[in-house]
Amino acid sequence: MTPEIDRRGFLKCMAWAGTGVVWTVAGGVLSGCELGAGQPKASGHPTRDLYFVQISDSHIGFRGPANQDVTGTFGRAIQQIAALPSRPAFVMHTGDLTHTSTADQFDTVKQMLGTIRAGSVFQVPGEHDAAAGDDKAYLAMFGAQSKGTGYYSFDVNGVHFLALVNSVATQGMGHLGADQLDWIRRDLSGLSSETPIVVFAHVPLFAMYPTWGWSTDDATQALGMMKRFAAVTCLNGHVHQVMSKVEGNVTFHTARATAFPQPAPGAAPNPGPLTVPSTQLHQALGITEARYTARNGRVAVIDDPLTP
Amino acid sequence: MSGRTIRSLLAATAAGVALTLSACGGSPQPAAAAPPAPSSPPAPAVTASPVATTSVGIANFAFSPAAITVKAGSTVTWTNQDEDAHTVAIAGSPASQPLQNGDTFTHTFAQPGTYSYLCTIHPYMRGMVVVTAG
Repeated sequence: MTPEIDRRGFLKCMAWAGTGVVWTVAGGVLSGCELGAGQPKASGHPTRDLYFVQISDSHIGFRGPANQDVTGTFGRAIQQIAALPSRPAFVMHTGDLTHTSTADQFDTVKQMLGTIRAGSVFQVPGEHDAAAGDDKAYLAMFGAQSKGTGYYSFDVNGVHFLALVNSVATQGMGHLGADQLDWIRRDLSGLSSETPIVVFAHVPLFAMYPTWGWSTDDATQALGMMKRFAAVTCLNGHVHQVMSKVEGNVTFHTARATAFPQPAPGAAPNPGPLTVPSTQLHQALGITEARYTARNGRVAVIDDPLTP
Repeated sequence: MSGRTIRSLLAATAAGVALTLSACGGSPQPAAAAPPAPSSPPAPAVTASPVATTSVGIANFAFSPAAITVKAGSTVTWTNQDEDAHTVAIAGSPASQPLQNGDTFTHTFAQPGTYSYLCTIHPYMRGMVVVTAG
């Protein structure tokens, strides 16, 4: 599928620093990192700068002390996107749109996604979007342009994006499955090795903490198909906290949720919602800005805490 | 944040290591490398001796007791005591609807046998029901 992207929006973007780390101060938290572990971009594949935003884990329908108003904090994230200096080319929601997959929850999240100020809005499902092991409701609402369990790809400004599904029919951790792996192989087959690759999926594609299922059991097969590419960036949700990791040509980055934080790996008996003082909740939630810079062929991200 | 911390972080970045840090923020954030983790999740098989009860709690991301034994014709009730949602998906039967905190799910076991089940949202949560002839 080819999204309709508003190309004027990101051409207006102020250029971030081409090298090094970009630091911003938002909500009292200084954060930033440059992604893209690969070699500097070769000149054979034309790309243009690109600015997009990742949001994740809105868990519409959640109720509990960790966040009494997940609809409110998701709405705040949408307002924060609208207030960004540049309009993102697109916004990607990396799953767990809903908490228990009810029709009301899907209706609410779809309506809210429709208010996002961006060229396009995409999503991939999380396991909470197929909470009873059935992804029919998700696919009925969001699967029209996708394959199989809801995966697809698109290209913007010469960057190739894969939107994968690794949260359905799992056996304890993330799983892509043979059909999707075959599709990935075909999807990548025609691409130049200089094409920047960005992969979205709900569950981490690296072994972040398999004890809690924070890993994808067949991710190495997918990433093996991407070894020939100069730089691959994997952006996921699911873990409700920021973490980055580099393995060869692949950089992994996990995003904060808009619903509630979760404990650091092994820091609690289980990965359940982490209740923080209400005055600290916004800082534990957030959105992720991502900017691809054609000059060095890399994706830089900034994790912005939610503004109160 | 100290100057030393900034320098070391920038050096790490120059070496190609992506990182994220939080200054002034309250929540701990792991940076760079993930902590050591086993290469596979713990064995999901339920090994506990079955407890004779028809009531199972769901707490701290575990079924408790994880293994129960009932007589054929018994109805078992699961109660979610966690803040997060869970399901009960018994092999050979449709999964329960997601259970929010305080919600219950019941299932009647008509035939003797050993039934394994899991939470479809957190599939590493496993349980077992041993049904004996009434």
